[in-house]
Amino acid sequence: MSGGRGGRALGVAGAVVLGVIGLAAPAPAAAPPPGALACGGCHPPAPQGAVPSLRGRSADTIVADMRAFRDGARPATVMDRIAKGFSDDETRAIADWLAAAQP
Amino acid sequence: MTRPAPSRTGSPRPSRRAVLAGLGAAALAPAALAAPAVRAAAPARVVVVGGGFAGASCARALAGAGGIAVTLVEPSADYVACPFSNAVIAGLRDLRRQTFEVAALARVPGLAHAPRAAVAVDADARRVRLDDGTQLAYDRLVLAPGIEVRLDAIAGYDAAAAEAMPHAWKAGSQTLALRRQLAAMPDGGVVVIAAPPNPFRCPPGPYERASLIAHFLKTHKPRAKVLILDAKDAFSKQRLFEEAWAARYPGMIEWVSLSFGGRVIEVDAAARTLVTEFGRHRADVANVIPPQRAGPIAAAAGVADASGWCPVDPVTFESRLVPEIHVIGDAAIGGAMPKSAFTANGQALVCAAAVADLLAGRASAEPKLVNTCYSLVAPDAAISIAGVYRPRDGLLAEVAGAGGTSPLGAPEAVRAAEAAYAAAWFETLTRRVYA
Repeated sequence: MSGGRGGRALGVAGAVVLGVIGLAAPAPAAAPPPGALACGGCHPPAPQGAVPSLRGRSADTIVADMRAFRDGARPATVMDRIAKGFSDDETRAIADWLAAAQP
Repeated sequence: MTRPAPSRTGSPRPSRRAVLAGLGAAALAPAALAAPAVRAAAPARVVVVGGGFAGASCARALAGAGGIAVTLVEPSADYVACPFSNAVIAGLRDLRRQTFEVAALARVPGLAHAPRAAVAVDADARRVRLDDGTQLAYDRLVLAPGIEVRLDAIAGYDAAAAEAMPHAWKAGSQTLALRRQLAAMPDGGVVVIAAPPNPFRCPPGPYERASLIAHFLKTHKPRAKVLILDAKDAFSKQRLFEEAWAARYPGMIEWVSLSFGGRVIEVDAAARTLVTEFGRHRADVANVIPPQRAGPIAAAAGVADASGWCPVDPVTFESRLVPEIHVIGDAAIGGAMPKSAFTANGQALVCAAAVADLLAGRASAEPKLVNTCYSLVAPDAAISIAGVYRPRDGLLAEVAGAGGTSPLGAPEAVRAAEAAYAAAWFETLTRRVYA
């Protein structure tokens, strides 16, 4: 279900996903970095409703979107206010985790 | 910040058998079978009390962490959610859309549901007593009891008065009672909303309610009015609400602040009268939202302080007062996070990760939390407040430069977009927690 489980729960993530991560990442599915668990509060695991799903987005895309929200380059309702609460390093860590864990 | 791992490993207790017998061995079997591969000892036992957004979310996350046998203690088979319940009051939404099946969580591997109320905690023995006498042993206890609406705070506002003057601050029969009263009131009548002092569940809630009741009255009883008697001099999203009221419901909503005599100190339910320090107000419908405190099990467990709320560590949500007990959601205090469903869910996930870390002897990283809270000002228009929080000086402090409210004077399309986001948020959260 929530982002809280995806990162650490081998059973939830599934063997196929883990296989990919296992090859690509130096360590097994890492614990979610600070702030990462909040994303799933609004963003659904699959497309549904007005808030987009983050599943399938690359980490680079998420980082670029967050920077655009933070700088005001991209119009937003609430993401501009949230993005300003995270540094570049924090945003990168969250994006890497989201792209790998697919919560 | 780090926390030591529990030094005690716990031993089999009668409660364990009771859980297995009463709740079905199947629910616990996967964790029990999986445990030997992960840990030499029996799975750690975590009891979570409360099936709302905080408790249910935390229980699921803990069950998903692996190697933990989780028991969710919640007497109700269904949870009736508060967000969007103001739309139910205004006749815009069915209460069934607010209702979610707690019992279904027992299908989550590693999670058992105890359909009982927790009535006592023996922190030294690490046992929770349920109302049928069952004792549940725990290695870590998570309390998510939500709020208790205080029936000792406003003179005359007791259990009987709460039927006549519904608070509707816990969704369910109270919500429907207020809706019925609104539907039955005469055109030209006055709806009085008594708003509580801080802190309380859902800070913008009374004002969203005033907005949607005004929408109902404008549609069905256009000569009626809403009077808000407030125990505060300011409220959440105030300028946005006032802008919306002036534009959408001109002359229909009057707000009386604390300084102007807004605090209700007494009610006479039979006479439908509310008494403030400055005078008396007769209501056709009275919605009294009294002061609140953490749900009763918090005081029984010794984790509530003199304020009635539960101070917690901002990294682990462990109680400041009693070790090995964590408190999350509306019952917890410890900084700037408002009492919202989004907050409850976020704290639940952070707490679950911290509890799993503690049980495994790992240190927890400092978390960062987010709150996003929407309020409807009309059926298809919403405003929001957001915040980002991190531990500072032992409390959860707002990250400067982030967060804030929707802009004033925004075009209708922005308000409509936020209403759509509010609906999507509710759908996503309730599916993640209860589906």
